[in-house]
Amino acid sequence: MNAPTKIETTLKDWETDQEVRWCPGCGDYAILKAVQRTLPQLGCDPANTVFVSGIGCSSRFPYYIESYGFHTIHGRAPAVATGVKLANPDLDVWLVTGDGDGLSIGGNHMMHVLRRNVNMQIMLFNNEIYGLTKGQYSPTSRIGTSSPSTPAGSIDSPANPCAFALGAGARFVARGFDVSKNLPDVLKAAHAHQGAAFIEIFQNCIVYNKDVFNDFAAPKGADDRQLWLEHGEPMLFAGGAKGLAIDMETLDLKVVDVVDGDWEAAGVLRHNVTNRTIAHMLVELTFGPFPMPLGVIYDDPAPVFEQAVTAENRRLSEGKEPNLAALLAKGQTWTVEA
Amino acid sequence: MATQTTAPRSDLSKQDAIVVRFAGDSGDGMQLTGGQFTLSTALAGNDLATFPDFPAEIRAPQGTLFGVSAFQINFGSREVNTAGDAPDVLVAMNPAALKVNLGALKPGGLVIVDTGEFTKRNLDKAKYAVSPLEDDTLAPFDVLELDISALTIEAVKPFGLGNKDALRCKNMWTLGLALWMFDRPRGPLKDWLNAKFAKKPDIAAANIAALDAGHAYGETAELAGPLRQVHLDPVLSEPGLYRTITGAEAVSLGLVAGARLLRLPMFFGGYPITPASAILHHLARLKEFNVTTFQAEDEIAAICAAIGASYAGSLGVTSSSGPGIALKGEAMGLAIMTELPLVIVNSQRGGPSTGLPTKTEQSDLYQAVYGRNGDAPMPVIAACSPSDAFECAIEACKIAVDYMTPVMLLTDGYIANASEPWKVPDPDAFERAPAQFLEAKNGPDDTLLPFKRDAKGARPWIKPGTPGLMHRIGGIEKQVDTGHIDYAPDNHQAMTDARKNKIGQIAVPDQEVCLGETSGTLAVVGWGSTYGPIHQAVSRARAKGLSVSHIHVRHIWPLPANLGELLDQFDHVLMPEMNTGQFKTVIRDQFLIDATPLTKTSGQPFAIAEMEAAIVKYFDGEAGNEGGEVPVNDGQLPSPVGE
Repeated sequence: MNAPTKIETTLKDWETDQEVRWCPGCGDYAILKAVQRTLPQLGCDPANTVFVSGIGCSSRFPYYIESYGFHTIHGRAPAVATGVKLANPDLDVWLVTGDGDGLSIGGNHMMHVLRRNVNMQIMLFNNEIYGLTKGQYSPTSRIGTSSPSTPAGSIDSPANPCAFALGAGARFVARGFDVSKNLPDVLKAAHAHQGAAFIEIFQNCIVYNKDVFNDFAAPKGADDRQLWLEHGEPMLFAGGAKGLAIDMETLDLKVVDVVDGDWEAAGVLRHNVTNRTIAHMLVELTFGPFPMPLGVIYDDPAPVFEQAVTAENRRLSEGKEPNLAALLAKGQTWTVEA
Repeated sequence: MATQTTAPRSDLSKQDAIVVRFAGDSGDGMQLTGGQFTLSTALAGNDLATFPDFPAEIRAPQGTLFGVSAFQINFGSREVNTAGDAPDVLVAMNPAALKVNLGALKPGGLVIVDTGEFTKRNLDKAKYAVSPLEDDTLAPFDVLELDISALTIEAVKPFGLGNKDALRCKNMWTLGLALWMFDRPRGPLKDWLNAKFAKKPDIAAANIAALDAGHAYGETAELAGPLRQVHLDPVLSEPGLYRTITGAEAVSLGLVAGARLLRLPMFFGGYPITPASAILHHLARLKEFNVTTFQAEDEIAAICAAIGASYAGSLGVTSSSGPGIALKGEAMGLAIMTELPLVIVNSQRGGPSTGLPTKTEQSDLYQAVYGRNGDAPMPVIAACSPSDAFECAIEACKIAVDYMTPVMLLTDGYIANASEPWKVPDPDAFERAPAQFLEAKNGPDDTLLPFKRDAKGARPWIKPGTPGLMHRIGGIEKQVDTGHIDYAPDNHQAMTDARKNKIGQIAVPDQEVCLGETSGTLAVVGWGSTYGPIHQAVSRARAKGLSVSHIHVRHIWPLPANLGELLDQFDHVLMPEMNTGQFKTVIRDQFLIDATPLTKTSGQPFAIAEMEAAIVKYFDGEAGNEGGEVPVNDGQLPSPVGE
């Protein structure tokens, strides 16, 4: 987001000469294309862009983007990216992680990069499975997920990435999915946000967790199951026949029918991306009784960490001469005469 | 009030060095007292070495044995290398401090006790059935019994402090007495108190009154009691400007200097851990030197952020102690694999696991040299004293950037906390070599080769943001020159060799002998903070005419090229270490030399006498009794009192 000047590029400029090594049909291909399509539209400069990733299928991403890239170690990408931003706040940093990398082994770092509000785009590819290690269940796998490490089905409760992000103090939380045509718009909103922008991207693992998101991501009936949020617009789905409203008795969200397009009469909420309370409700909705909320759920900027650090460093340096000789001779000294 | 026993007393005025230990409750301000006494000693021109010893608990229950905090200083009119074996003077502020430390005192030494604290309750807490002041416990010593508590309250009465605040001035009363005893001016201390309590002039005045009262007490007591004033002449040091410095300060200043000599901004990622935190604290106050400090969420994030900063063109530095270094291991591998500069400071402490957080040990040498997955060679430098740590830190920065590699700098709890006089160096005396970044493509046909090596085997440093040099790096094996992912067998062989050779070829100066000849009967080979006791013990053995030399190794990895040949010139090689013989293993492995370990793992530094006894065994005509484990020596320095 800090690119000082906009640069003219095409999708081709963001492709590397490296052979892409994801499984044929993997959702990662679609996300890669969406990113490569979005970067030119944002006017990003490849020389000023850094993709940082951890370990896992998703974390191979930097090798396929013609920019600076750092494929780090498992779970630690947020920490490495924080160092990059503190050393050079002008770099435009994108972080690529997965559900295992970002919420299991790297859950601690994810919490802190969000809490500190380091200015970067964090794309968490959620496929609800460990792909690269051959199919073990992950911290986002649903209860009952059968995998090599849970042959009788997993029994632990899954983590909810967007609820985690909000709980950690994120000031931008959005959702999309791999083949969604709306994904570039979500990425653009994340890029426009100053601070840590968390994007959960549902991603289809064709080999180990095939079509696990089909219940809402499949094109057929999508309109009934997807709620695309837009700031200032009513929370409508099912072709405008249904919407979300506040249940005044439970102080929670409820689905209401909209008659003759009169959503106001039905009490349907207008989406306000700065409303943190509603954001909490949206990320906690149970899919099934409710549609899947997608798009920008929350966007309310707060002071950015690296800018605060830079300002503090400047403030503490003001009027102080960086004189090394004087520093070494600081404190009480004595002289031994020749 | 002062009583004199019949024990034969030491005559301090005939000694050229004196060891004093201040011991009290951890809330009594003993470390501060010791620190200020150290400063006055330095200002008086004596050489000195200190050993602060404090419990891991911040405020251990008052009056308990495990809550005892002590500060030992050895100072003299000659060169001093260690904090001293046994104290000549012990100041015990309560029964627990007396109990823990009395065993250390030299027979005939002077013990000063605050009788005001020898209450039934405190005696119980110290597990004394009978007051040691009332039986023959103190018979072997010269005893000065003073009600310091009451004397202090009396002295600060005009300032209207509450009893609790008044008693907090006790350490200043004691310091005043000590300053009188060793003929030191009070001026610098008063300046310091006035500055420290600038916003609370009453507290400053009360402390100064206590200080003056302690000093005046000495003058009066000299007339009748066992107290005598002692004067030690200044040491004839090299001319120049001096200050005192602890290892943690020296490392911090060395890092700042190292980064500036390379013209790089420094990024320091740290996580609180004893005894390494002091470095983070020092650097956090030096922002004007282009230093960014970052207290990370954990040890792993601290090193990873430093790696990210190095990648972006800063000099990344991280620091920790044993357990934290273990957590950083995988990230060190990443820095080795991506060939980025990084300095890792390890202030070693007793281990394994949490071990002895506030005690000293040298047991991370294996971890430093070998402790990573894969073939992961990394340079290791060990500082031998607080002041040496300054130069070592500068060298660590330079090697990291010259060779594009992480470097580990080893210190330990002793070096980090101990202070010594330091001749302030001239920063211009060090080589200024601005770091180079790649600015244009370096391969044939307008290609970029991020892993093309220079004559030293180092790859170029490429800052993100540089136009046209976009490339990807990571922890996966990379192709020679291009840096693309490459799992091919011959490529991994070639890159493993390249990483090994790069570190193996680092220009390390030849090993010198720091005391004695370059050949002979016995070489005592040390590294790190054992320098002091080895040096003194070898010096004493040589005075007896024994053929002994002291060799102290700074470059643990890679080792100096001539070291094997040098050690071959001696009949025997003895290797004292505060571990179970780790460097000994490296030396045996690298040079096939029959080095004998002398080990000590009690959390205490070696005593000179222990070292001397081990040396003498090579000359006593009794074969096969050399080396071994030095038993715990309760009398030497305060040991952790376990509960």
